[in-house]
Amino acid sequence: MNASSTIVRMRGSSPSFDVERIRRQFPILQTKVRGKRLVYLDSAATSQKPTQVLDAIRNYYTQENSNVHRGVHFLSELATQKYEAVREKVRRFINAATIHEIVFVRGTTEAINLVAQSFGRSQFTSGDEIVVSAMEHHSNIVPWQLLGDQVGTRLRVIPMTDEGELRMDEFVRLLNPKTRLVAITHVSNALGTINLIQEMVSEAHRRGIVVLVDGAQAVPHIRVDVQTLGADFYAFSGHKMFGPTGIGVLYGKQTFLESMPPYQAGGDMIKSVTFEKTIFNDLPYKFEAGTPNIEGAIGLGAAIDFMESLDWPVVEMHEQELLQYAQSKLVEIPNVKLVGTARLKSGVLSFTLDGVHPHDIGTILDQEGVAIRTGHHCAQPVMERFGIPATARASIALYNTFDDIDALVQGIHVVKKVFGV
Amino acid sequence: MNSDLQTLYQEIILDHNKNPRNFRVMADATQTLEGFNPLCGDRYTIFLKMRGDVVMDITFQGSGCAISKASASVMSTIVKGKRKEEVLDWFMKFRELVTGKLDAHNREEELGKLAAFAGVSEFPARVKCASLAWHTLKGALELSTATVSTE
Repeated sequence: MNASSTIVRMRGSSPSFDVERIRRQFPILQTKVRGKRLVYLDSAATSQKPTQVLDAIRNYYTQENSNVHRGVHFLSELATQKYEAVREKVRRFINAATIHEIVFVRGTTEAINLVAQSFGRSQFTSGDEIVVSAMEHHSNIVPWQLLGDQVGTRLRVIPMTDEGELRMDEFVRLLNPKTRLVAITHVSNALGTINLIQEMVSEAHRRGIVVLVDGAQAVPHIRVDVQTLGADFYAFSGHKMFGPTGIGVLYGKQTFLESMPPYQAGGDMIKSVTFEKTIFNDLPYKFEAGTPNIEGAIGLGAAIDFMESLDWPVVEMHEQELLQYAQSKLVEIPNVKLVGTARLKSGVLSFTLDGVHPHDIGTILDQEGVAIRTGHHCAQPVMERFGIPATARASIALYNTFDDIDALVQGIHVVKKVFGV
Repeated sequence: MNSDLQTLYQEIILDHNKNPRNFRVMADATQTLEGFNPLCGDRYTIFLKMRGDVVMDITFQGSGCAISKASASVMSTIVKGKRKEEVLDWFMKFRELVTGKLDAHNREEELGKLAAFAGVSEFPARVKCASLAWHTLKGALELSTATVSTE
């Protein structure tokens, strides 16, 4: 049969990637849901966590727990040392110039809000323009709208093609002397499109425009080097890259971070406080008010260790093969339409099935043990662009297999049977 | 198809999804209200023609999943010709049915086509889909002018 020969060829083409060895490190992948093998195809919403991360968090609480940057006692010094070691790990992971450029936040959303409220609010004025794209997640739209309400900035939107690629000609046309910031996603959560960040940064920088990149969907799939990309700000979340929820990173070039006022005020972000005057702490602590998410940072550090233990060219090849395989199987199914067919794509499969609403697809697949996301994916403007209320979205991570894709395809056939389409 | 799925996607629900009844705009409606579920994007407008407290006619328009559309369609066939008080009784029955507080067993005659929605109670994520049209209808009867939301 044609299909099985395809499987053999594709499965055979990355012999050095042992996906079963990877899967054994993710306990949840061994569990069953509704009596069926769990087929987890919702990693773009959140990834699963390897034992390494779970152990690190447990170990932190059983052997190292204390508050950071405060105590003189043994545990406090140990916790501080572990917490700060993760900052250095993050710096190395994304190749930032110094640890002063690594700010721990709750996630990508908080990172973008921080830049909007600290950088934007202090430096932009009425009539200034912020350029976003038509494929942004709500978290890279709404913070700029709030800023617009506060200081009068205006939002401009880069359109995209029917394939889900940004119109680079329109992008360049949008840049003008009023443009102060380009805020753009690296990888689209709804479409999977990988944007040409380096090219966009250089167009923006040539005109003296600052660039923020939402890297939430990029970091789990491609190796990111912030200095090569050239972005001034880069935001990402721990939980999408095999780490825990509630921890994320804002990378910012030191000169920008230094020029920015604090985002929140409290303990740890100050040098000295009197009722007359407070002196703020140095970078990056100026932006980390209050006791931080220490366990989150420890877990993030373990997630980075996990990722760095892998052979990335091989991982990327595995994910691309899964994506190609899944796309080829989905388009074979009558009445299935892929939404987002960019040439450069990460492991996101947004699709619709004529005559069946995505929510019904999701419920039926769930009964088959297949977990996908359905809805607008916090990207309502994307849905509007394609004239659909919602999509079904299967998203791939490095622990997925060809069997997972086959289960998805089988599930879609069950949907078709139920609905008679 | 497993049994839970069979209870959810009953023949009557699939039929009303495919061929929704009273699925049109009503030009001479006395009350019109839009219901919206921001979580999934289901959106329906309910059109009512009231004479006194009697629902003389009811139609709906919009889009959403099979459960939400079939629910709106079945609802329209049930409440047409009913007095407001009776409609509110049906609303209560429906709400109890989909939240598992009303046992449809042995009451199938009384519930009629509504009994098809008993399976929804096994799918907590879908209760909102099933309820959207009913909440919108209730809002329309109360002459509320705002958009009804199930969130």
